[in-house]
Amino acid sequence: MKHNETHISSYLSLGTVLVVLLLLTTISVLVTGWHLGPFTVAAALLIACGKAATVIIHFMHMKFESLFLKLMISGVFLLFALVIGITFIDYLLR
Amino acid sequence: MAGQIPHTEQTDSEAGKLGMWIFLFTELFLFGGLFLVYAVFRAKYSAEFHTGAAELNALIGTLNTVFLLVSSMTIAMSLTAIQKNKLNLALLLITVTILLAALFMMNKYFEWSHKFHYKLYPGSEVMRNLPHGEILFFGLYYMMTGLHAVHVLVGMILLSVNLFKIRSGKVTSSNFLLLENSALYWHLVDIIWIFIFPLLYLIT
Repeated sequence: MKHNETHISSYLSLGTVLVVLLLLTTISVLVTGWHLGPFTVAAALLIACGKAATVIIHFMHMKFESLFLKLMISGVFLLFALVIGITFIDYLLR
Repeated sequence: MAGQIPHTEQTDSEAGKLGMWIFLFTELFLFGGLFLVYAVFRAKYSAEFHTGAAELNALIGTLNTVFLLVSSMTIAMSLTAIQKNKLNLALLLITVTILLAALFMMNKYFEWSHKFHYKLYPGSEVMRNLPHGEILFFGLYYMMTGLHAVHVLVGMILLSVNLFKIRSGKVTSSNFLLLENSALYWHLVDIIWIFIFPLLYLIT
């Protein structure tokens, strides 16, 4: 395996990521206050997924990892979403 | 002596990180199971889950979210600092992360003790007399936030170990895999909270 040069994230970029995460948190708090019925859950989960992806890509440095690690991380998270999603749909449609 | 092989310590950063990620995946599925149980019971007892969630303090939840998000940034910054060989800054940033984790735990303590004050805990008379759906909600609440809090404690211990290892020169600007993996663990603790927070505190 080729050894990659380790990437050093700048303090500024990490600070920007935090601002984005805090903004998404604010949106999530506001959206759930609007009482959109079943859409509230969907909106809150969608924002949570966005936040999680931001943390994984930037804070956890996935963006700068090898292709192997990138594929593995995205693959497992996809599998995770499918397992949760399909099991829940299976329950709902019984 | 002739033929003696010099022993040099070797670390493989790529393999070390791969191992950590595989461990994190098992953690993900551990919490995933709980999320699934939550989703199924929420669909079954939606009215009771609403009443239960309304009793949680969204302000404390939001504050704890902010603590964990900021701590995620400070630990990511400590990695930048150690790579730039700014050891004191790295030590400071790790200490700030541990302090933010302590604030999170303090909030959790107040939150739980408030409920304990009203005798609302698994097995108590008050909880047994609640409607079935609410028993499930608070059971899941204690299980999910409790398991998450255990992870926060483990993270705090891991980060403290890093403080000592940096001081003793075992973790350096050229050998920082321990800090890197501890940071990955800390970010996962943050990610799990990102999902627990809206599911338990916000959606009422």
